[in-house]
Amino acid sequence: MKTLAELQAIRDKMKNKVVMREGVDDIRVVVGMATCGIAAGARPVLNAFVEGVNEAGLNDKVAVSQTGCIGLCQYEPIVEVHQNGEKVTYVHMTAEKAAKVISQHLKGGKVVAEFTAQNG
Amino acid sequence: MKELSLNILDIAENSVKAKASLIEILLTQEENILTLIIRDDGVGMSKEVLEGVTNPFYTTRTTRKVGLGIPLLKMAAEQTGGTLTVESVSENDDNINHGTTVTAVFYTDHIDFTPLGDVVSTITTLIQGHPDFNFLFIHKTDEREVTLDTRELRTVLEGVPLNSYDVIKWIEEFLSEQYNPINE
Repeated sequence: MKTLAELQAIRDKMKNKVVMREGVDDIRVVVGMATCGIAAGARPVLNAFVEGVNEAGLNDKVAVSQTGCIGLCQYEPIVEVHQNGEKVTYVHMTAEKAAKVISQHLKGGKVVAEFTAQNG
Repeated sequence: MKELSLNILDIAENSVKAKASLIEILLTQEENILTLIIRDDGVGMSKEVLEGVTNPFYTTRTTRKVGLGIPLLKMAAEQTGGTLTVESVSENDDNINHGTTVTAVFYTDHIDFTPLGDVVSTITTLIQGHPDFNFLFIHKTDEREVTLDTRELRTVLEGVPLNSYDVIKWIEEFLSEQYNPINE
C-alpha cells in the first residue's frame, strides 16, 4: 500500500528541486477543461501531456496547466502551447496526437502543423 | 458525458470558480441508489442565479458562473428516475456559512444509468489543475470506503506543490489501491 512515508520521501526529493525550478518553465501547455472540453475528451488529453512530458524528461522545461472555455467549443479538445510570447493552438486533440506534439514540438521545437487551428 | 466521473470533474470546476477553500466530493452507493454530493464553501449564488442554474438556456454571460454543466448532470440523474438539487447560500447573505451543495441521486439499476467511469482520473485531474485548493473525496459502497483528503497530504508535503508529478502519481496509486486492495 502507498504510505505517507513514501509521500515524505517524495517531499524531501522535491524540496531540493523546488528551489531550482523557480523561473525554469519556458514552455506552457494549456488544456481547455470547461464543460465543452471535458465532454469532447480533454481529460485523457491532459493526462497524456502530464505523463508524456514526464517520460520525455521535460518536467523542468514544460508546465502543463488547465484553463476554462477558450470560446471555440466546436474545436475541443483544444491545447495551447505558449513559448517566448508566441502561441500555437492545437485542435481536436487526442492522447495519440499529444504524443506527437510532445516529441516533435515540445522536444524537437517543430510545430505539428497538421494539428493546428489552421489545419486541424 | 460518457462517464459520470466527467460530470463530477465539470461540476467541481464550478466550485473552483466560486473560490472555495474546500471542495467535497462524496459518493455513496446504497443498494441500487448512488448519491453524489459536491459541496463547497465558495462564494455561493443569489436566489435569482440559483433559480436559473438548472435551465440550459440561462446564462448571465457577464460572469458565466454556470453553463451547461448542471443541466447535463440533471439529465444524467433524471434519466435514471433520480433527482438533482442545488442549494446555495451567497456570501452576500451570510459571510460565514456560504457555499453551494449539488446533490444528485441515481438509480444504478436503470438502463439509462451512465457508468461512473474513471473517478480516480477525475480526482487527480482536479488536483493537477488546482493544487492550491483542498479536496475531500469519499466514495462509500457496501464493500469499501475510499478516501482522500488533500489537507492531510499538505501537512506532509510542507509546501511541495500537490501537482508535482511524483505527488500526482502517488495520489493516483493511493486511490487505485483503495479501489483494488492487493492483499486482503
